[in-house]
Amino acid sequence: MDIGGALKAELKVKVVDRTRGFTEALYLPAILAGLRITVRHFIRNMFGKRDVVTISYPEEQRRISPRYRGRHRLTVREDGFIKCVACYMCEEICPANCIHIESGEMEDKSVEKYPVVFDIDELRCVFCGLCVEACPKDAIRMDTGIIAMAYTDRDRFDFTRDLLRDPYHENEKTKFRSVPSPATEAEALPHSEGKLAE
Amino acid sequence: MDAILEILVNPAVQAILKIAVIVMGFVMLTGTVLTLMERKWMSAVQDRLGPNRANVGRFTGHGILHIAADGLKSIFKEDTIPEGADRVIFTIAPFFALFASIVIWAIIPFAAPIGGFTFQITDVDIGILLVLAVTSMGVYGAVLAGWCSNNKFAMLGATRATAQMLSYEIFLGLSLVGVFMVNGSVTVSTLVENQNTYWFDGLIPKWGVFTQPLAFVLFFTAMLAEMKRLPFDAPEGESEIIAGYFLEYSGMRWSTFMLAEYLAIVGTAGLTVTLFFGGYHIPWLFADGFHLFGWILELPVWLVALLQIGAFITKTIFFCWLVIILRWTIPRFRFDQIMELGWKKMLPLALANVMVTALVLLAIDHWQAG
Repeated sequence: MDIGGALKAELKVKVVDRTRGFTEALYLPAILAGLRITVRHFIRNMFGKRDVVTISYPEEQRRISPRYRGRHRLTVREDGFIKCVACYMCEEICPANCIHIESGEMEDKSVEKYPVVFDIDELRCVFCGLCVEACPKDAIRMDTGIIAMAYTDRDRFDFTRDLLRDPYHENEKTKFRSVPSPATEAEALPHSEGKLAE
Repeated sequence: MDAILEILVNPAVQAILKIAVIVMGFVMLTGTVLTLMERKWMSAVQDRLGPNRANVGRFTGHGILHIAADGLKSIFKEDTIPEGADRVIFTIAPFFALFASIVIWAIIPFAAPIGGFTFQITDVDIGILLVLAVTSMGVYGAVLAGWCSNNKFAMLGATRATAQMLSYEIFLGLSLVGVFMVNGSVTVSTLVENQNTYWFDGLIPKWGVFTQPLAFVLFFTAMLAEMKRLPFDAPEGESEIIAGYFLEYSGMRWSTFMLAEYLAIVGTAGLTVTLFFGGYHIPWLFADGFHLFGWILELPVWLVALLQIGAFITKTIFFCWLVIILRWTIPRFRFDQIMELGWKKMLPLALANVMVTALVLLAIDHWQAG
C-alpha cells in the first residue's frame, strides 16, 4: 500500500513540478520576469501614484486599536472625584511593582477612602494590563492611546495621581513635577469643593 | 592670453584637465550620488519612502542631504585598526579597490573628437586590454583587505572574492574577443566609431549589442561578478560572513571601499555603453547632423558634441540604474552555484561565441570575395 500517496491525498498536498526546463536553465527569462515586477513598482512609486507602506512616524501616526494598552489613566466619577478607593488590588497584582498607593480617609461620606498618593513608574511598567483587570471599580484604564512616552528626564516617567487623572488635557499630561507629593484636597477634588466644605 | 593658450594646448595639461573634469566632475559625483540613489531606488522597488530625514533647518530635499550626512559621519567616526593586523597593508588596501574603479575612465570617450581635441583622457593603442589588466587589479583590494585584517570572516570573504573574480575574469576577456573580432581592433575610438555604421541603408546602427548579443550578456554578467554586485555578492554575504573582506574597516576607510563599489558600478555602466550601446553615439547623428532616409538636419559642431556628451551620460546612468535594480530583483547565488555558472555555463558559452563569430566572419569574407 502506498502510504505516502494516501497521506498526501489526506493532507491535500499540492505537488509542485520542480523539473528544470530549458528556459529555466537559461536564467534570463526568469530574470526578465523579475525585472518586470521590480521596475513596475519602481515606476509606480517614482513617477506614478505612490503606494508606499511607510508611516512617516512623528507626522503621521498609525490608528491604534481601542484595546491597545497605552499609558494609564485614573477615571473620575460624575462629580469629578477619582473613582479609585485605594483598595491596593492593582498594587498587589502588578508584576513589575510599579504602582505605589497610599490611602487616606475623608470626611465626605461619598468618598471615605481615597488614594493620597497614586504613583505609577512608567519605566518599570510592562504594560500587561493586569491592574486594569484587577480593579473592582473600573478606576484605572489603559485606553489613553499614548503609546510613546519619550522624555529626557527619568523623573518625568513617575506619573503621580493628578498627572494620571486627566490625560486628555495636554498641559496636565505633560506637566513636569519632580517631587510627587500628596495633592491638597482642593487640588484632588476640583469639582466637589462644596461637598468638602460641608 | 597667448601664454595661457600655449599652456592649454600642451597635451599633458589637457590630460590633467580632462582627468579633473571627468573623474572629479562626473565619476566621483555620480558614484557619490549613487550611494543615496541606491537607497532611494531600492525603497521605491520595495514600496517604502527611503531616507528622507537629514535636514538643515526645514530643508530636507527628499533626502539629498544624506550624502553630506553620511560623509560627515564617516569622517568623524573612529578609524580602528584591529590588533594583529598588518598596519601598512590595512591602510593601503582600500586604495587598490578605488584605483581599479577609477582607471577604467582613462580610455572612455565622452564625445567624438573635434579637430585634434578628444573627449577622452587617453586613446591608448591597447585600448580595452587596459581595462582587462586594471579590473584584475581590483581583486587586490579585496584580497589585501581580507588577508591583513586578522579576522577569519574577512579571510573567508577575501578567498571567495579571489575565486570568484579569477573565474569570471576568464570569460570576461573571452566575451570581449568576439567584439574585437567584429571590429578588427582593440582601440576604443575605433570600437566606438564602428558603432556608428549602419545596416540596411542607414536604418539599424551596428551597436555592439546587435552585432554581439551573447557577448553583451556574458560581459555584463562577468562585470557584475567582477564588482561583487548582486547576484554575485558572496564575498560580502551578510548572512554568512557578516561583511566579508572589509569587515574590520570603519570610518573613512570603510567609506572608501563603499565608494569604490559605487564607482565600479559607474565604470561598468560606462564600459557597457562604450562597447555595446554605441558609446556617445545617438543613432543617425553624425558629425554634421542627423541623417535618416536621405533626410538631413544640419547641426553645429558644438551642439553635436553636447548632444553626444548628454547621450553618453544618459546611457551610463541608465545602466547604473539597471545594475542597482538588478540587485533588488535577483537573490544571491550560493557560492558553489557561482562557480558552476562561471565554469560550466559561461565559459563554454564564451568559447562558443568566439567560434561562431569567427565562422560567421569567415563566411561573410568568403561570400564577399566570391
